Amino acid sequence: MPDATQSMEAIEQPAVIKRGSRFSGYLRAISAMVWKDLTAELRSRELLSAMLVFALLVILIFNFALELDIRTRETVTSGVLWVTFAFAGTLGLNRSMAVERDRGCLDGLLLVPVDRSALYFGKVLGNLIFMLIVEAIILPVYSLLYDVNLFHPGLMAVILLGSVGYVAVGTLLSTMAVQARTRDVLLPILLFPVVLPLLVAALKASNGFLQGFNMEEIWPWVYLLIAYDVIFIAVAFMVFDFVVEE
Amino acid sequence: MTHSSDRRLTPCGVKMIETQRLVKTFGLKPVLRGIDFSVEYGEFVALVGPNGAGKTTFLRILATLSRPSMGEVRVAGHLLPAQATAVRRCLGVVTHQPLLYGDMTVDENLRFYGRMYGVRNLQQRIEDVLEMVGLMALRRDRVRQFSRGMQQRLSIGRAILHDPGILLFDEPYTGLDQEAAAMLDTLLRDVADRGRTVVMTSHDLTRVTDLADRVDILHKGEIAASVRRGEVDLAELPALYFSVTHA
Repeated sequence: MPDATQSMEAIEQPAVIKRGSRFSGYLRAISAMVWKDLTAELRSRELLSAMLVFALLVILIFNFALELDIRTRETVTSGVLWVTFAFAGTLGLNRSMAVERDRGCLDGLLLVPVDRSALYFGKVLGNLIFMLIVEAIILPVYSLLYDVNLFHPGLMAVILLGSVGYVAVGTLLSTMAVQARTRDVLLPILLFPVVLPLLVAALKASNGFLQGFNMEEIWPWVYLLIAYDVIFIAVAFMVFDFVVEE
Repeated sequence: MTHSSDRRLTPCGVKMIETQRLVKTFGLKPVLRGIDFSVEYGEFVALVGPNGAGKTTFLRILATLSRPSMGEVRVAGHLLPAQATAVRRCLGVVTHQPLLYGDMTVDENLRFYGRMYGVRNLQQRIEDVLEMVGLMALRRDRVRQFSRGMQQRLSIGRAILHDPGILLFDEPYTGLDQEAAAMLDTLLRDVADRGRTVVMTSHDLTRVTDLADRVDILHKGEIAASVRRGEVDLAELPALYFSVTHA
């Protein structure tokens, strides 16, 4: 007959599991999530190709729809860019969570003995990498098509801040939407009203950098972007556990 | 009967799973109506019942995937849902869905879950598990290309990768052909023989009779009958099942 006390200890902490701090386990889970998303995408190439083709089509359509002179192009550039990023981002967020729903993988993640916010941050980082890759390809293509120089450090920082906020909120809401029957249409309906302040701030700040405004006029929008990112990442950290609960 | 309980670790009175007056409702609809249930260390318990009896809901609560509406649930001595993270460390769960990523290979899927659980000597552990489930030769193949039976074998590999003391199987035979089901039988016996506590839900009375130490019949959200190996001839289980579920 096995010794019950010893057996309980072995059950609590199986010998095959590393003993380490909770923080190292937390970081390990985040890195494993990012590795998994990148590996799965490297094999399927479904998410990135869909986002990229969609984004290219949007800027091409805008290019033909708006036959603009050089001065007007500069004024519409930030709008076209952020509309493109937002729509392509929604497509990516939907697909990214659909992968988790396929074959019940979301349950597999929820069974892992780590704080569930680690799953959220892992997913956010994966989605952010995909969004930044698409943006890195779209920006030079846009520059060529519209003959506008987009390579301004300030604009790059705004795109980074805007993408972080968009993905932070989008990942949380797509986790909610994926559990609903109408998940395909639900995400944009939930997401766009919430990210409206972020998109307005990103658009205004981008426009300021592209048109060479004074920094005094741009800073308030950049501060708004930073505040939005911090607030929504903190909110998501606190509520993610409840969002994934059945 | 091919059961090999002599090789299995003997249950020693420690309750690995215990529920008291467990109630679960979805909206106003009660699914579980005050279930008192316990499983001892090393025991293999099968839960059978018709569709809608509440088997999956019950297992999801034990697996920390769903919260009880009322009542007390303890797994490995930890109270749910308050100590869910500690419970998850002791649990391996197999459902009728494989919980695997189709675009990733066998090796990559196990590597991912191994990293999430913090499994040490991961490469060696993956090889051991793949040998156990008979998928070593297919380790570089994508899961999407696998048959249902092969996915279920890998799913068991995923569930035992971190060597959990308690295993929960929810309808593991769903969608399997005879050959795959027989292979799963062997795997389940192997897992049980290693001294793990097992709770399995199933529709298949013949299979659970072969495997389980105890069979509980769940009907309309209540444990309607409980039959222990040795106390009653398990060959009479089908008759008992139909009398309970058609009463």
